[in-house]
Amino acid sequence: MEDKQAALLVLEDGREFRGRAWGAAGECVGEMIFNTSMSGYQEVLTDPSYAGQIVCMTYPLIGNYGVNERDAESSRPWVEGFVVREAARVASNWQAEETLDAYLKRWNIPAIEGIDTRALVRHIRTRGAMRACLSSVDLDAESLLEKAKASARMERQELASVVTTDVVYEIPAEAAERFHVVCYDFGVKRNSLRELASFGCRVTVVPSTTPAHDVLAMKPDGIFLSNGPGDPAAMDAVVTEIKHVLESGVPTFGICFGHQLLGRAFGGSTYKLPFGHRGGNQPVKDLLTGTIEITAHNHGFAVDGASLPEAVEVTHINLNDNCVEGMRHKTLPVISVQYHPEAAPGPHDAAHHFRRFVEIMERVIRDV
Amino acid sequence: MPKRTDIKKILIIGSGPIVIGQGCEFDYSGTQACKSLRGEGYEVVLVNSNPATIMTDPETADRTYIEPLTIEVVTKIIERERPDALLPTVGGQTALNLAVALSDAGVLETYGVELIGAQIEAVKVAEDRRLFKAAMEAVGLPMPKGGFARAWSDAEKLVETTGYPAIVRPSFTLGGTGGGTAYNPEEFEEIVRGGLSASPVHEVLIEESLLGWKEFELEVMRDCADNVVIICSIENFDPMGVHTGDSITVAPAQTLTDREYQTLRDMSVKIIRTVGVETGGSNIQFAVNPVNGEIRIIEMNPRVSRSSALASKATGFPIAKIAAKLAVGYTLDEIPNDITRKTPASFEPTLDYVVAKIPKWSFEKFKAAEDVLGTQMKSVGEVMAIGRTFKEALFKGLRSLEATTPLRLENVAPDELQRKLARPNSQRFSYITYALRNDVSIREINRLSGIDPWFLEQLQDVMHIQTCIEGKQLEAIDDNLLRTAKEVGLSDRRLAYLTGTDELTVRARRKTSGIVPVFKRVDTCGAEFESFTPYLYSTYEQEDESEPTTRRKIMILGSGPNRIGQGIEFDYCCCHASFALRDADFETIMVNCNPETVSTDYDTSDRLYFEPLTFEDVMSIIDVEKPEGVIVQFGGQTPLNLAGQLEKAGAPIIGTSPDSIDLAEDRKRFTALLTELRIPQPPAGTAVTSDEANAVADGIGYPVLVRPSYVLGGRAMAIVYDAPALEDYMRTAIAASPERPVLIDKFLESAAEFDVDAIADDESCVIAGIQEHIEEAGIHSGDSSCVLPPVRIEPEHVETMRHYTRRLAKALNVRGLMNIQFAIKDDRVYVIEVNPRASRTVPFVSKATGVPLARIAALVMMGRKLSSFNLPDDLTDTIKNRFFIKSPVFPFAKFPGVDPVLGPEMHSTGEVMGIGETFGEAYAKAMSGAGLTLPREGTAFISVNDADKGAAAVVARRLDKLGFKLIATFGTSERLRETGLEVETVFKVNEGRPNVVDLIKQGDIAIIINTPLGRTSHYDEQAIRRAALQYGVPCVTTMTGAEAIIAALTSNMNGETSVITLQELHAITI
Repeated sequence: MEDKQAALLVLEDGREFRGRAWGAAGECVGEMIFNTSMSGYQEVLTDPSYAGQIVCMTYPLIGNYGVNERDAESSRPWVEGFVVREAARVASNWQAEETLDAYLKRWNIPAIEGIDTRALVRHIRTRGAMRACLSSVDLDAESLLEKAKASARMERQELASVVTTDVVYEIPAEAAERFHVVCYDFGVKRNSLRELASFGCRVTVVPSTTPAHDVLAMKPDGIFLSNGPGDPAAMDAVVTEIKHVLESGVPTFGICFGHQLLGRAFGGSTYKLPFGHRGGNQPVKDLLTGTIEITAHNHGFAVDGASLPEAVEVTHINLNDNCVEGMRHKTLPVISVQYHPEAAPGPHDAAHHFRRFVEIMERVIRDV
Repeated sequence: MPKRTDIKKILIIGSGPIVIGQGCEFDYSGTQACKSLRGEGYEVVLVNSNPATIMTDPETADRTYIEPLTIEVVTKIIERERPDALLPTVGGQTALNLAVALSDAGVLETYGVELIGAQIEAVKVAEDRRLFKAAMEAVGLPMPKGGFARAWSDAEKLVETTGYPAIVRPSFTLGGTGGGTAYNPEEFEEIVRGGLSASPVHEVLIEESLLGWKEFELEVMRDCADNVVIICSIENFDPMGVHTGDSITVAPAQTLTDREYQTLRDMSVKIIRTVGVETGGSNIQFAVNPVNGEIRIIEMNPRVSRSSALASKATGFPIAKIAAKLAVGYTLDEIPNDITRKTPASFEPTLDYVVAKIPKWSFEKFKAAEDVLGTQMKSVGEVMAIGRTFKEALFKGLRSLEATTPLRLENVAPDELQRKLARPNSQRFSYITYALRNDVSIREINRLSGIDPWFLEQLQDVMHIQTCIEGKQLEAIDDNLLRTAKEVGLSDRRLAYLTGTDELTVRARRKTSGIVPVFKRVDTCGAEFESFTPYLYSTYEQEDESEPTTRRKIMILGSGPNRIGQGIEFDYCCCHASFALRDADFETIMVNCNPETVSTDYDTSDRLYFEPLTFEDVMSIIDVEKPEGVIVQFGGQTPLNLAGQLEKAGAPIIGTSPDSIDLAEDRKRFTALLTELRIPQPPAGTAVTSDEANAVADGIGYPVLVRPSYVLGGRAMAIVYDAPALEDYMRTAIAASPERPVLIDKFLESAAEFDVDAIADDESCVIAGIQEHIEEAGIHSGDSSCVLPPVRIEPEHVETMRHYTRRLAKALNVRGLMNIQFAIKDDRVYVIEVNPRASRTVPFVSKATGVPLARIAALVMMGRKLSSFNLPDDLTDTIKNRFFIKSPVFPFAKFPGVDPVLGPEMHSTGEVMGIGETFGEAYAKAMSGAGLTLPREGTAFISVNDADKGAAAVVARRLDKLGFKLIATFGTSERLRETGLEVETVFKVNEGRPNVVDLIKQGDIAIIINTPLGRTSHYDEQAIRRAALQYGVPCVTTMTGAEAIIAALTSNMNGETSVITLQELHAITI
């Protein structure tokens, strides 16, 4: 318990939290949000959807089991900054390769611990997600407040281009190849690709800006629209390409950001949630079967159900706030869910959506 | 799906008396189930033999039977009530086993009773380890290597596949009774043979040892639409090898990656579906290899369990209540979450705090028992603590245990330390902290104990902070360090010890420095939604969420962890105080740290503080809430011990004053009072030294009854017959507590004893019940059966006791409850002790008289006149044509090597009540409720001391008349033959073979009457008692007990077993 360096977190409305610095020394700005998963901090850190955000974990003890390569959801952590109640000094798990502290240092991510994270969460819950500045180099609250205010708002931010792949690459199918799927990478997590591969899909991952024409030229059996960061309303160009994809009649499956983009491509609108859904315990009801799945969520925006055209059916809703969690097109082979069937972190209840997608591809191939 | 309308009347079976492995958590779950089903409009019929429960209150169910939980009795109830359904999953293993037995006996089918909440097939799969193993393996789930043995020869073969150490678990026993870990062939044979006989189906499971693997539990719920949610994950601090009931446990899991946790989650979902638990909660235990992550499934409980009570309190998700609703057809999404109001029950709670549960043991009560923990549960209670970090939760939990003398280890020899770390025992925690303070590496402690390094690191952090503080002056410690110390959960008392000052000084310093706790809410959702339920815990952070109201409010201090001598009875009283005051429009604030209880249900009181019951923690709440009154008289000794300190600090203690309580406890002041009132008490004195003790004893004459002051449950109380024994006693007493005097009373041999409960205010006093002990003086009142109304007492003595009670109530200024123990010897009534507070017998008397004593007392404490309740002067008189008997239940079977003899120190863990139209019927039911099967034929063994030989002849004649064969030891048989009885003679243990113990073991003895013969035959008697216990043979050690049991045998053989509800007995409620 050596004396640690101080760190300061200031929100754009002036609320400040003084704590101890850990991770990398430095400073960051971003949208202050919270995640309620009790485990899976490494998956959260490496989920590209968190780009542009400072993440607070509501579970107070973080880092207990360290970090390992297998649990990374992308090649690097994407959060801007990390906020916890108490960071573990040691890693205790047979898989651990390094401590979380060392990992954050290696990736130059500033973090703060020892603050009343519950007070922070309650603040965001009542006042909404907001911009913040976290620093261990500048401890002047006024200065951090200015920096927070000067940072970009999440609304209208396009972040897919920051996290997407630069090059086209391929993931081979596990066992026998049955389908070829093209994945639009808006910030895809490895586990989505693994899930697809496990169903016999060879997956070609393409940059977010790839024209529909190029994608269709790859003759895919299906198109997967990945999760990702930013405001779906800032993606007009991509939405136009998705419209072309839909017109092609190729089976399409969107998750999270991909679901929001589909909503816009269908002609619907999206809106920003007050503080988002981020955690592994969200109850989603399948309106077709009546069953409930406990699901992993990470979204700050949602599709406005009332804005959707007649041809689109809401298939899933969140039981906490009734927001739209899944859609399907009544005539086109298109489905989507707002949450994370790939989990990682979170429960596996929703993994069957990959099977649904596969079944649609099977049907389309059979019918052709 | 909406609730079912095809069923209207539901039978709920409770868990019976409190025993090790089945505590008051089932009162909590049963009460929740009753409330929730009645709330849905169902008629609820309840049967439970334990009167000390909230669930057996006449208000909890529509029809309440306090009757033995046997097939015969429950069949009678079913016949009488004709319920549509039976919910067997909220009454522990007892209810589940009974439901299976009722089903197997065809009773459920005969009367068309549907089992809800669990199907028989599912229960059998989950409970029968063989079926369970097969079911798991069929769907590819990993079970430990091993198999079942029904005979020693099977076991020998199996151990070849498992190797040593091998784990032996008998099928169908409570808390792993009769199981163990065998490290070598010799131990293996011993445990297997013991286990085979402990198992009702003569079967043991033999498995590979998973010693040192990490242990986890998941609480799972499923609804009839096949939705499954996980309520809570729990990680055991102690690795595999220690029963989870004896392990410190932590929620949520701390050292699993999300991938590992999700694997356990997926398995849990698969298990509940495979086993076929259609609706309700289950508890699933896993072992995880710390080296490679391999998983084994340990077991599944297809019902609400101790862990689910803990999980309910840890998360705010009321598992039993939801399970009851699911059983009648609701789905999870149809049930709202009470705490958030907006969200449904179909979600998984997320915690933003850490919960630690710590067991409480009573090894000091069982001197001959070895303090070693294994697969058989030994703890008698537990505490739970909530903190924002593991360190804070753990250290809050440790102080919640109320350890009277903290173990402060010094100069432990290295080999001793190794042994204590390697072999789990109740004090291992202290040895771990000792090792850390003495620079033993975490790697080494982990190697010896198997405890995960993460936990050890956490402890090391706290030890480090202690080292920074130790030996410094309090003034020399800066605010940052002091705040850090408070953040990790160190108490003011501990800081005072480390800095050589006192608790009040530390408290004052803290407050000056602004280092005070804030209160956070348990809200199931990590603050994602607003919480509407003030379920609070303290922590040292910034923001306080307590939001105290400005209503008139009363704080009730609970009784902390269950222990022998202070159990569920006191929780019962606290809950009643809360209910009464809530009804009288006060805001009620409950403070307690026992997760098993009804009092710590978030909707029992208006506000719940889940906090340790220490001066520091209670004052922190008082500082925030500023209640108008604090009730300390209902929670047993725990809050009473705080009363003086709290009052001095300005807390408004209501009811009988702490000074009166002290007057009754302080032997000198009390004797002076009795002398002044001219009420006789046995000659007595107090002594601080051995010399003083000798002088006192010589003055009053042996035998004497000795005990320390201020204890409950007769802790360390003994009857001493001579000077050397007194010297021995004093040596240990002084070592344990040097400043407090030892009380020495003349022991009234063969006196009759009575417990009298009463309620009083400044104007009047109502006698609530005069209870006669069935065993004579010398046996702790909590261990003696007692009967209401009394059966062998002269009317003038009743009048004398009433008279003394009233005078004492007046003299002590009692406002509320009081309990007096009387003894009658040679036609003289003596006062043995007075306790101006709630007693252990309050629930029993309330159930027998139909008058809710604790409720009335709480209102009297708040100022309502006792006369306004229009009660008769003595409620005992209102009992007509019925006898109510309370009988204790003992844990001796869990402590091998301990002599199951009764004495002035209490050993029972729980109690049952028998109700009958005759004394014999009531006693027969009490015996049967306590788990003793009374014989209808066979051989009665009699061996009594000379003083009892006359009475023995009478008893023998009655046994002979009932058709029992008689057998006796030499002296007794001679005497009995002289009276013309036909008696066989048998050897005593030391006289040759076959002796009486051989006969017991062969099953040739049906009942034993054996009064102590004195020192020389001590070994003989102990061997007889142990054998009787092991083979379930009724064994009576007093002549009054013998007379009572013969009344019971007679009643039994006459077939007088009726059943009746409390509602019928007490048709007029007050």
